[in-house]
Amino acid sequence: MDWEVVIGLEIHTQLNTQSKIFSGASTRYGATPNSQACLVDLGYPGVLPVLNREAVNMAVKFGLATHCKIAPRSIFARKNYFYPDLPKGYQISQYELPIVYAGYVDVVLGDTSKRIGITRAHLEEDAGKSLHEDFRGMSGIDLNRAGTPLLEIVSEPELRSATEAGAYMRTIHTLVRYLGISDGNMQEGSFRCDANVSIRPRGATKLGTRAELKNLNSFRFVERAIEHEVERQIDILEGGGAVAQETRLYDSDRDETRPMRSKEEANDYRYFPDPDLLPVLVEETLIEKLRLELPELPDAKRARFVADYELPAYDAELLTASRATADYYEQLVTHTRATPKIAANWVIGELTAALNREALDIEDSKVAPEVLGELLDEIENGTISGKIAKEVFEAIWRGEGDVKEIIASQGLEQISDTASIEALVDAAIAKYPLQVQQFREGKTQVLGFLIGQIMQASQGKANPQQVNAVLRAKLAE
Amino acid sequence: MHNRTLAQLAAALRSREVSSVELTQYCLDRIARLDDELNAFITVTAEQALMQAAAADQRIADGEASPLTGLPIAHKDIFCTAGVKTSCASKMLDNFISPYDATVVARLERAGAVMLGKTNMDEFAMGSSNETSYYGPVHNPWDHALVPGGSSGGSAAAVAARLVPGATGTDTGGSVRQPAALVGITGLKPTYGRVSRYGMIAFASSLDQAGTLTRSAADAALMLGVMAGHDERDSTSLADPVPDYAAELEQAWDGLTIGVPENFFDAGLDQNNAACVRQALGELEKLGAKLKRIELNNVHLSVPAYYVVAPAEASSNLSRFDGVRFGFRSEQQSGNLAEFYERNRGEGFGAEVKRRILTGTYVLSAGYYDAYYLQAQKVRQLISDDFARAFAEVDLVAGPTTPTPAFSLGQKSNDPIQMYLNDIYTIGANLAGLPAISVPCGFVEALPVGLQLIGPHLSETVLLRTAHQFQLATDWHQRVPAGYA
Repeated sequence: MDWEVVIGLEIHTQLNTQSKIFSGASTRYGATPNSQACLVDLGYPGVLPVLNREAVNMAVKFGLATHCKIAPRSIFARKNYFYPDLPKGYQISQYELPIVYAGYVDVVLGDTSKRIGITRAHLEEDAGKSLHEDFRGMSGIDLNRAGTPLLEIVSEPELRSATEAGAYMRTIHTLVRYLGISDGNMQEGSFRCDANVSIRPRGATKLGTRAELKNLNSFRFVERAIEHEVERQIDILEGGGAVAQETRLYDSDRDETRPMRSKEEANDYRYFPDPDLLPVLVEETLIEKLRLELPELPDAKRARFVADYELPAYDAELLTASRATADYYEQLVTHTRATPKIAANWVIGELTAALNREALDIEDSKVAPEVLGELLDEIENGTISGKIAKEVFEAIWRGEGDVKEIIASQGLEQISDTASIEALVDAAIAKYPLQVQQFREGKTQVLGFLIGQIMQASQGKANPQQVNAVLRAKLAE
Repeated sequence: MHNRTLAQLAAALRSREVSSVELTQYCLDRIARLDDELNAFITVTAEQALMQAAAADQRIADGEASPLTGLPIAHKDIFCTAGVKTSCASKMLDNFISPYDATVVARLERAGAVMLGKTNMDEFAMGSSNETSYYGPVHNPWDHALVPGGSSGGSAAAVAARLVPGATGTDTGGSVRQPAALVGITGLKPTYGRVSRYGMIAFASSLDQAGTLTRSAADAALMLGVMAGHDERDSTSLADPVPDYAAELEQAWDGLTIGVPENFFDAGLDQNNAACVRQALGELEKLGAKLKRIELNNVHLSVPAYYVVAPAEASSNLSRFDGVRFGFRSEQQSGNLAEFYERNRGEGFGAEVKRRILTGTYVLSAGYYDAYYLQAQKVRQLISDDFARAFAEVDLVAGPTTPTPAFSLGQKSNDPIQMYLNDIYTIGANLAGLPAISVPCGFVEALPVGLQLIGPHLSETVLLRTAHQFQLATDWHQRVPAGYA
């Protein structure tokens, strides 16, 4: 049977406010356990939550960037359940009236793009962490994270494959970092995802029974967990069984999902409006103020890169994947005479490879855009070849000096005076008479061989265009 | 000395007739002598009180005193007090020393008031007789076989017995006004949000309001002036400026129209009580008020609506008492997490608290929420609308505070419905967030009866002025229970 996959994602992104959503405690990651939990975070008797308006502003910015409606009045509710890392015995969240709703994002999928609906995004507080490993027979509770603001972004069930789900998650990830509302750090849990996955016979309108996959904290895990889950559901249905509605946990070590708890046993959260907090009012003037603060968003930037720098869509996509990469690229373009396409090739190629090799963010690149610009100018000038430039780039990366120093000290200048080139060409013609004869008999492929030999003889320093021209001229004699 | 009001004692302190240390010691001695039989205090903070009193005397000597400086007060044990046990009269918090002060406590301390201790109450403020306290019931100073009312029963009894001239209380459904009525003192519940709830252990957050238990409306004005005001730590606290309530007391009072809801005087009201209240209304008329018959048609729905909304909020508010971070933890610690919670909460909470948690959990459950919680919120709106309609025609509403005078210990403790009906006249003001005051207005068989005045949003000045005028013309509030004179 031909199955259609139906996926909706719930993304929890931590908002990078200075203090928590309902208290003044710091949200800094990695502090000593329980050192950043004040009485409000600890759920002490008598304390009350006070909303951090910065979290509201961030949610509104997200709503504006995703074409959502902004609720003029939204409500915080209590989601009641017992767990030791939930100090109050309830989580303050938004239930019936979320702060933003009914929007979309366009997700680029290769050469096409697909519009994915955003059902809603609501504000809530994070819980603390339970640490089960380090305490023999007991569990540790760290409440530093308790009360950290989260924006839960719920998509429509419009994703049709693991690949689409991954692409959507990347789009949202890029967006929240562009907006500066989240650091998106997945290792630290700042960006987490649950996936609702079901399948149905293609053409059917009724949704199949879904499983909720939890704990998907990398793009790769999302894609793999969904692929596994889809296969599992197909096996069940084609074997005549029925998919159970349940929550499944993805185990990345074993690369499998397994049931966590069934929905039937799940808590009744007894949501009701939190009487400690007033409705959140968002005035039109605030929306307009925040709209003006929005940075250029990935879609717009991508389109501009294609239009202004005449880049292929693929290059523009890669260069705008993060605001920092796009900023680096634009810095580079203003600091070089090389074409934007050549600059793009260097950022996508050499620079990205070097960053990946050392797991560095582009902000921490060991070659600044101005320096790379200078290096590309040396290629433009004909001082060095592209190939030599890669060596120079690595030398700069290793901290061996600036562009000019390295070229000078290592004798890497390109050979472009006609006499030297002619000498190199003459030497090659003399050394490889057989190939010269083959060329003259019409076997033009050997030209490449001869150029290669000449370049090698020059230790890569000969200007390849000049070598090509002189060699052709001499062979034609 | 002990028969003097806060206002009179303030004058005595200022004239150096008595020092705060002397006054404090006098009250502490009286507590030591008389509270064994009343059980009004859970904790007496004698040492700290004498230190505060000495500091207050210094402030008075330095000419930096405010009206409450050096005056002894007591706090209901629902207010968090730094370094002092804050139990909410529950086994759950018997070992809880608060690390911080409630805003109400901090404001009164800043004004120089001297805290004598923490008063007994119904457990987590759930009760109308002070019989649900983990520390045992409080006895009514007028008759030790009777209840003082609740939940602020300890504060009420302590003030009525002249152990302390003023005390704080909290009023969620009548918990200040009802005990004030049953012990013959003045109990003020301000507008919802007028006084910060920060540090006041939550029972039902949308109804809870801190109030005062004093022997006169003038004293209530003095205390409210210090307690009221916006608090950035309580989002529901009101930003409106705080009037000088004490100064406003003396402003001209005439031309007031007082609405009398006739259905407050139906079969549910003890006929002797009714007679006292009618007589008090006559007194107000004599003082120049115009009485007007009004209808508050949905009052019969107030008790059922309240006993959905309040337990719903309580079931959630009390979830934090789980034995993980503070409070009671069962000695028996084997088994899984669910058993851990069940034991801590099962052993730590009393029967009435459990009843309300169960009720609240039920009405919020999926499938019942619409039928109970939402329905109750609609009723709440109807009751608010009734009051709004009334206040379009009248300045205040007046009627009984309670259906009967104080009842016997144990009389209603096994019949929750009868107990809950005690709050039938008081709950409306909480559901609508309105200010209300109970003042002594007579006696039935030697037991005090309360007159309740309810006003529109933020009408505390009018309420206090009216009560003050009434007290200038009557002496019910000056009657002292035998044995405490």
